Amino acid sequence: MLETIWFILWGVLWALYFVLDGFDLGIGMLMPFLAKDERDRRIMYNAQGPFWDGNEVWLITAGGVTFAAFPGTYAVLFSSLYTPLLLLLFALIIRGVTFEFRHLGETARWKRLWDICHFLGSFLAALLLGVAFANIFMGIPIDAQGVNEGNLLSLLNSYGLIGGIVFVLVFCFHGSLWLSVKASGEMEQRAKATARGLWFIVAIGAVVFLFFSAVFTKLYDNYLANPVLFLIPIGAVVGLLLSRMALGQNKQAQAFLWSGLFILCVAFFGIAGIYPALLPSSLNPAYSMTITNSSSSTLTLQIMLGVALVMVPIVLIYQLWVYKHFSYKLETDEDLYY
Amino acid sequence: MDALLLSRLQFAVATFFHFIFVPLTLGLSIMIAIMETKYVRTGDEEYKRMTKFWGKLFLINFAIGIVTGITLEFQFGTNWSRYSAYVGDIFGSLLAIEATAAFFLESTFIAVWVFGWNRIGKKFHAVTIWLVAIASNVSAFWIIMANGFMQHPVGYVMRNGRAELEDFIAVITNPFAWQQFLHVLFGAWMTAGFFVLGVSAYHLMKKNEVSLFRRSFNIGLVFALVFSVLVATQGHLHGNEVAKTQPTKLAAMESHWETQTNAPMYLITVPDPENERNSVELLGIPSLLSFLAYSNPDAEVVGLKDFPKEDRPPVWISFLSFRLMVGLGTLFPLVCLLAWFWRDKLPDKQWFARLLIWFIPLPIIALEAGWTLAEVGRQPWIVYGMMRTSDAVSPIDTSQVAITLVAITLLYTLLGFAEVYLLKRVAERGPVTH
Repeated sequence: MLETIWFILWGVLWALYFVLDGFDLGIGMLMPFLAKDERDRRIMYNAQGPFWDGNEVWLITAGGVTFAAFPGTYAVLFSSLYTPLLLLLFALIIRGVTFEFRHLGETARWKRLWDICHFLGSFLAALLLGVAFANIFMGIPIDAQGVNEGNLLSLLNSYGLIGGIVFVLVFCFHGSLWLSVKASGEMEQRAKATARGLWFIVAIGAVVFLFFSAVFTKLYDNYLANPVLFLIPIGAVVGLLLSRMALGQNKQAQAFLWSGLFILCVAFFGIAGIYPALLPSSLNPAYSMTITNSSSSTLTLQIMLGVALVMVPIVLIYQLWVYKHFSYKLETDEDLYY
Repeated sequence: MDALLLSRLQFAVATFFHFIFVPLTLGLSIMIAIMETKYVRTGDEEYKRMTKFWGKLFLINFAIGIVTGITLEFQFGTNWSRYSAYVGDIFGSLLAIEATAAFFLESTFIAVWVFGWNRIGKKFHAVTIWLVAIASNVSAFWIIMANGFMQHPVGYVMRNGRAELEDFIAVITNPFAWQQFLHVLFGAWMTAGFFVLGVSAYHLMKKNEVSLFRRSFNIGLVFALVFSVLVATQGHLHGNEVAKTQPTKLAAMESHWETQTNAPMYLITVPDPENERNSVELLGIPSLLSFLAYSNPDAEVVGLKDFPKEDRPPVWISFLSFRLMVGLGTLFPLVCLLAWFWRDKLPDKQWFARLLIWFIPLPIIALEAGWTLAEVGRQPWIVYGMMRTSDAVSPIDTSQVAITLVAITLLYTLLGFAEVYLLKRVAERGPVTH
């Protein structure tokens, strides 16, 4: 029971990370395409400004919770995905420093350098997260000793790549919605037009992903055994449809929230499918890292649950306050810090 | 070169680099919070400009501190997976608590502080920087409790082939970890003090914004003076704890080979680990080592020879890093005292102002030397007396570790250059007038 609660919390933390940092990564990826001049770029940096740092902590917490609640999985997962994880790390590093570094230099070349880092970092991070999670959903060739018999190239299989592309598209869509909330004038219009265009591509991508999940993975087994779980992919479809409707009515903040629901459900679609494994083995289900064979002791799970039940709601409350208070439109130069 | 050695190098690179910035942010955040509180209390605009100036320097450090911190968390899983599985029950939970209880607060409210100057009330704005300052120091607490477990494991029981948590209170009241925490904290606050002192001295020397930088100088001076004295005195107590719980570390840092009572301390020693002796031992003070280690001149100090060879830490690194730390640690209070006496004469004492600028990096070097001693002196154990570092490494092939080691080193070097360039630029330009 305690293990299952932690499995759900583990899933929630990763899913929240995708929802929250997803739009930052999306804005970063869209920058070369949407920004026409220096002011546009500054708007795009400042649209992420008050949020990206706090958002990234969800990743650190998701990683930390994997470590604390399922140390066995943490060990096998992180060492199995060694190269892609370190690449993800480099991507997040070069992207993270751009905010402070870029605006303190003056030459155009200096700014250009960090703009490239920002784009590459955002794109690589989104792609790698997608590839990694698609591979987790599908299972990784881990043997009885918890050693990965595959390599970086074996992760870049068709389903892994589909996952990567879907993440990139979804985050771009999510990012364009947030940008349309924060930007004003011409930039807002451009962001809205981009969101409308991306919506169709995302919808196609989502259908393709759901279809190929049936071909390449065993995710649906859990769904067939427990049809109530189908509410999760239905939630994804509803979120996607409602976000388009809200966008049509020029309610971008609502569209953004629905798109958040969509991402949450897409992530949970896979997470609910792999239960009770956190990291399925593609060689033999007996080698999978599961909630029972990889979890911490009962005492640790209890203490951590106490911490999580107190702290996570508090964090959510103050982060929600930040989103509400800092979702104002960027209009004058006074609003632009970076 | 094997995966073990490469992983150790990779971890060293990541930790050293991360630890250049963290101590600065720990102390600087508090000083900035004090400056802003003075602004809110007095309404004096100079304190506001002061807050913003130091805040800018703080943010550059903060950004790089955060992104390099993620590396460390990841590396336990990527490079030290057997360690992670073995002690994750305890170690992992401390990291997770750090993230939920402190790191979120710090990262969320630093953004509120940056973007909130005209968006939230003055008082609440000052509160946000206090939240950041407190959270970053609480963060340090949890991380060092985790490291303290590696130094002196407590509160666990061996079950199911791994260390499982038995007594959480014991883990977070670990006396070794607390000594280490205070030592690092005092050292970090002193480091930030010297940073403020050095940058202020630069501007005072140039007679730039004299009033603003005199005020900054005094705040930095109080920090540097108080904490350079505290870190040295408390360091002695920390040393006692090391002597009690990690006798091999003590013997290695002193290059002490033969077990003896009334152990002397030599002012000049040249270790010769090949032959299990010191090639030079000059100017010995009888019983001093026994006295310093155990507060008793007659106490027995166990020598390295009484430990099996495979249980001894690398002598040269432990010995030198200890001397570097203590040597620098003795200089700091002296320089602070001079700064105290000459605090109003600084524009005229150009040489001394210049000296203070040169002192900016020295506390960081002392801190890095301290960490080297803590981590290398703990070898060959990753968890002292419990798990060997060689048993902790991930089952991964050498090429992956080699490539990422090169990549991390390269990336961090470039970031380091960019960082120093920006810090220097922003520091030299001084506060912006508006």
